[in-house]
Amino acid sequence: MRAELTTSSLDVTKLIGEVASPERGATACFIGTVREMNDGRSVQGIEYRAYEEMAKEELNRILLEAATLHDGVDIAIEHRTGQLGVGEASVAVVTSHSHRGPSLDALRFVVEAIKSRLPIWKLELYADGSREWVNAAGDTPAMSDLSGT
Amino acid sequence: MDVTVRVFASYADALGRSEVDLALPPGATVEDVVQSVTRLPGGSAIPLTPLAAVNHRYVSLAAELNDGDEVALIPPVAGG
Repeated sequence: MRAELTTSSLDVTKLIGEVASPERGATACFIGTVREMNDGRSVQGIEYRAYEEMAKEELNRILLEAATLHDGVDIAIEHRTGQLGVGEASVAVVTSHSHRGPSLDALRFVVEAIKSRLPIWKLELYADGSREWVNAAGDTPAMSDLSGT
Repeated sequence: MDVTVRVFASYADALGRSEVDLALPPGATVEDVVQSVTRLPGGSAIPLTPLAAVNHRYVSLAAELNDGDEVALIPPVAGG
């Protein structure tokens, strides 16, 4: 299992190669990409900023929790930081297991945990030259909503 | 005791910096940190009940602090 932040383009084929194996018949993949529109505004790109030290540790905690919940699963995660253009992959998660159920369940768990817990923020850059933090006014989740913490 | 407070994204923009050093009395909690930071210029933009972490782990605002701790006030996250 492996999880990393990276400033390099994501190579999903490489991630699949890390977790796929002859005894694992079910490999599942999620790729998050930068959308061209958000809330009706034309997006030119997104700058991803992370609390890097904590994000790395939180990614490893998410990996361990997924492995505990779904015995036998293997997982590879990469999340970008820095500036990305429209269509570029910001996150890739690949899971594998001998059967599709645990593989897909682990994939969903990891993606939702990343969305709700990983200390990463998006500064969205718009076509009109303005920029805005995504979800800056969002609700702060209660500690009890942060599964595994 | 001394703690370092790190702030990010919209909170850092509001404060005009990403790090604040605080001297606090023994037994101080994360909530005391929030009270101090929100009184700084620009700090009113930070909610009184933000998500927080100590030494890279999420904690409740009632968590007691130790000398040298790194406290983070975490805006709503947006990974993925």
